Amino acid sequence: MFDIATPFADFSIKAPPCAFEGPLRESLPSGEHQMDVDAQSDFAVEFRDASYRLGQDGRRQGPTLLHALNLQVRRGETLVLLGRSGSGKTTTLKMINLLVAPTEGKVLIQGRPSTEWDPIKLRRMIGYAIQETGLFPHFTVERNIGLVPAIEGWSKERIRSRVDELLTLVGLEQQVATRYPIELSGGQRQRVGVARALAADPPILLLDEPFGALDAITRAELQREFLGLQRRLKKAIIFVTHDLREALLLGTRIALLEAGRLVATYTPAEFVHSKEPLAAAYVAAFRTGENFAGGGI
Amino acid sequence: MNLWHFMAQNRMEVLDLTLEHLWLVGISILIAVAVGVPLGILITRHPGLNKPILGLANVIQTIPSLALFGFLLPAPWIGERADRLAILALTLYALLPLIRNTYVGIMGVDRAVIEAGRGMGMTDRQLLLQVELPLALGVIIAGIRVAAVICVGLATIAAAIGAGGLGEYIFRGLAMVNNTVILAGAVPAALLALLADFSLGMVEKRLRRYA
Repeated sequence: MFDIATPFADFSIKAPPCAFEGPLRESLPSGEHQMDVDAQSDFAVEFRDASYRLGQDGRRQGPTLLHALNLQVRRGETLVLLGRSGSGKTTTLKMINLLVAPTEGKVLIQGRPSTEWDPIKLRRMIGYAIQETGLFPHFTVERNIGLVPAIEGWSKERIRSRVDELLTLVGLEQQVATRYPIELSGGQRQRVGVARALAADPPILLLDEPFGALDAITRAELQREFLGLQRRLKKAIIFVTHDLREALLLGTRIALLEAGRLVATYTPAEFVHSKEPLAAAYVAAFRTGENFAGGGI
Repeated sequence: MNLWHFMAQNRMEVLDLTLEHLWLVGISILIAVAVGVPLGILITRHPGLNKPILGLANVIQTIPSLALFGFLLPAPWIGERADRLAILALTLYALLPLIRNTYVGIMGVDRAVIEAGRGMGMTDRQLLLQVELPLALGVIIAGIRVAAVICVGLATIAAAIGAGGLGEYIFRGLAMVNNTVILAGAVPAALLALLADFSLGMVEKRLRRYA
């Protein structure tokens, strides 16, 4: 159903680049303010000493999940958050769309602290895809993908044509539009998840192990398609994974997290040659697998 | 005279009492849904209210029905008419399954689905109406089903305070020591309970398809 040789050949379709400009500008007080914002920071997302500690509102303070994180993401780049479970990858991601608010420091979104945004407006300009469980089981594929446009009040025809466009974009046939998530394969569900995150053409995209629960072959296929998407979309993408292969393949930069601290950020080439013990351990574990298979990198 | 003959001879009265019975149960369930579902939603939002509200509904459930009818008798306006009294008592009994199932149904919705919705910028109201309630609906209908079966049975006792319904035959039969008359009330009441159980069970099955 999907020709690997021409992934997203149809992507040239007028992806409405302006679709998002409206709501985004509205959410800023004035045009003048926007200029200030641009001057202040040219990052789509910037963490400034952002920490998160549990139980902040209670009497007793809980453990700190993130320690003074400093990190910047530009438009057009894909930052991979790599780390073990419990390293704070998902918490970092949720800080961007304010599902979690920093307890110290701040997270600037388009130059403006996340806590100063209206959370609803902020989230609607940030695409969000998590493992397949995030799809609404009682919505058809069409309604799932058209969710943000629908709550943003787009007209029915506009939503429909946008859904058609996105189905093509993520390599799904039009017939799946009327199906329910339970009737789809794992790979199809992940594609729907990515399409849903892209629906309102958000400038920032958060992906939390979007290809997590997939078999190796489907996973590789989706990763390859994702590379094609990434090049065309020019968005700031933050991608969570615990898989080094995926990180090296998809990331323009890799942020290595361990126990709630940022170890360092690397380009994929730097990562492979890093002397930093944890990064080296990742690479060693990776090579063991390769060597065992008789390959080697 | 066997049961069949008795019912055929008194078919208009059987029909009247059955409709009266259905009316008592139907109105009670409607009121209980209108009160119980919002209360169930409320306790998912304010966990502190969970114990007092479910506890109170539980206590009401343990009051013997005849005693509850008696307790409510002196109440103003309600106590004036037997059917009002019966409806109030039945509503109180129907509350527990409704509050509890609404609560359990909403809490049982996959957290990942809700988090995805919130992360995409849905408001609390949109999450409730478009995600939580639709996905909890199967469980809520199961609560209505339990409440309906309880109420069909309890409504026979409403005849003791003169509210009518199929209990009329049961109490009349007891007074006359006539099993046929007792059965003329008991059999249709049992059939109504089975019918309510079956039909709401079908609705529930349809709604649970995706949950």
